[in-house]
Amino acid sequence: MSNLKFEIKESIIIALQAIISNKIRSFLATLGIIIGVASVITMTTAIRGIDKSFKEGISSLGADNMYIDKFAWFTNEDFFKIRNRPDITLEQVYQYKELAKKPVAVSPESRVFTTVEYGSNNVQVFLTGGDQDYLKTTNFTFASGRFYNDVEAIAGRQVVVLGSEIAENLFNKINPIGKEVKINGIKFKVVGVLAKQGSFILGPFNPDKVVYTPIKNIFKYFSNRRYRTITIVVRAKNSDAIQETQDEAIAVMRRIRGLKYNEDDNFTVNLQEGLQEQYNKTVGIIQIAGVIVTGLSLFVGAIGIMNIMFVSVKERTKEIGIRKALGANRKMIMRQFLIESAFICIFGGLVGLVIAIILSLVINQFLPTSIDISSFFVAIIISLITGVVSGLAPAYQAAKLDPVESLRYE
Amino acid sequence: MKLLEVIDLHKIYKMGLEEVRALDGVSLEIEKNEYVAIMGPSGSGKTTLMNMIGCLDTPTSGRYILNSTDVSLMSDNELAKIRNKEIGFVFQTFNLLPRSHALHNVELPLIYAGVSKEERIERAKEALIAVGLGDRMYHKPNELSGGQRQRVAIARALVNNPSIILADEPTGNLDSRSGEEIMSIFYRLQQAGNTIILVTHEEDIARHAERVIKIRDGKIEKIEKDYQRIIPKI
Repeated sequence: MSNLKFEIKESIIIALQAIISNKIRSFLATLGIIIGVASVITMTTAIRGIDKSFKEGISSLGADNMYIDKFAWFTNEDFFKIRNRPDITLEQVYQYKELAKKPVAVSPESRVFTTVEYGSNNVQVFLTGGDQDYLKTTNFTFASGRFYNDVEAIAGRQVVVLGSEIAENLFNKINPIGKEVKINGIKFKVVGVLAKQGSFILGPFNPDKVVYTPIKNIFKYFSNRRYRTITIVVRAKNSDAIQETQDEAIAVMRRIRGLKYNEDDNFTVNLQEGLQEQYNKTVGIIQIAGVIVTGLSLFVGAIGIMNIMFVSVKERTKEIGIRKALGANRKMIMRQFLIESAFICIFGGLVGLVIAIILSLVINQFLPTSIDISSFFVAIIISLITGVVSGLAPAYQAAKLDPVESLRYE
Repeated sequence: MKLLEVIDLHKIYKMGLEEVRALDGVSLEIEKNEYVAIMGPSGSGKTTLMNMIGCLDTPTSGRYILNSTDVSLMSDNELAKIRNKEIGFVFQTFNLLPRSHALHNVELPLIYAGVSKEERIERAKEALIAVGLGDRMYHKPNELSGGQRQRVAIARALVNNPSIILADEPTGNLDSRSGEEIMSIFYRLQQAGNTIILVTHEEDIARHAERVIKIRDGKIEKIEKDYQRIIPKI
């Protein structure tokens, strides 16, 4: 056993000597491995980052939510047909609220794209209006202050709750609570700031970038600029209740709209599941592309290693002859070259890992990535496998060399 | 006591359509603790015979019995084991691993024999001291003279206590003084109980042995033993 340990050590020393004495050749040969490992690790950490923030985003919005809307998020139906659907009115929202028994919370939601100012700072945002039940449809957490309360919602007071990025951009280090911001020239008092929800993937719908206010303000001050249709945010009791809540929503809405049995729905109940599916599709494509890139570069890398190992076997024919004369059998020679090729690959893999760490630090500027210890093992295992696979043929060739002929080789 | 026996050994190489009979029915016996020279001009088949005796090659037909074991039908890996345990090679061109120091070169057969590290180093050091290189253990081959390199090679041949030390033109690449040193080491080794087979084309070198087997055209031409044996002075 100590013997095997020594053989491994010796093969590693030989491999190191080979790498050092042929720096450029070794670098070129391992380039494929370096790129392969760097790309697989960068890819997986990036995808993990996207995944994490998507899940966080979904959960801050409420994972069991559905959205009754004029438009469907994902549909194969004719756009013009959907466009001609009637808008959802506030009246219909309250009819639904009264008739629907399944949801735990229901709120109308209406958005206006506008500018929020504080002093000389200003930010463009979606100003989002909801009623007194809006908070119950979310899982928001607060950095400071609170959401607008029932009284403020019902009375339509001029209060706002800021998403974390908005608060940062407008106020920098000042505490925003109690301060007044101007929207469209109208003063609003800040009553709360959300904690960072971290769902960058939702873009402008990311709660970090949204300002919340009672929906009455939207109607009062922005009624000519808002989207005419209203979205009904519905929260199911739990994920098991999503289906029945959706079924009920369709039935109730058809009743409100007075649809006959042979008429199609003129609204859509959008589920977050749909968002998830769409997300999976996109990430799936990225993943497939990643696998192809990684696979190709590892393949090219394996050929590079195989090539350098064939050269190494040829160069060291005499050495192989000597070792055989001294009693090395095929297995021992084979093992020596396999270890050497694996070591060169692991060396390349570690270089690739370093590159991946640097890349992910760069990507981290706009995407939350994190390289963890598992990446290290992934790099080692991938390069080990590549090394062994690409070393097989050269090692076999070395092992079956005839001792007499290889001793004669100069 | 008989150490090895070669019976009607043939080795035929095919060069295109032509057959080359490198060995054509060689039979011989070598006793334990004998000092034998195999002599012949180049192309006589002496190197082929050495390769057979050294278990580097297998015969086309005939038998080779070493230490009462028939090795002529053994597999590659079995032969590797025999070479490791029974044969110690000394080559004309030394054949040391150029990037390893002397001690490591001498250690190599013990690595393949599976000897533990401590014992390996101890035995390799002993062997190097025995050939007078106790102060050169960590020198690499290119830091040693030709004679010193050959002594490292002898230490390597000795280290695993083989049945045969097989030397192929061991003085061929050395000046006469170093050559004489090497021959005196072989002489001492025989005195210590080793069996030595020397392959050479030089009469002067062959005469250090007790018996000279002359080969020509793949056959034993004659065996000489009644001559004035040269005893090295050093």
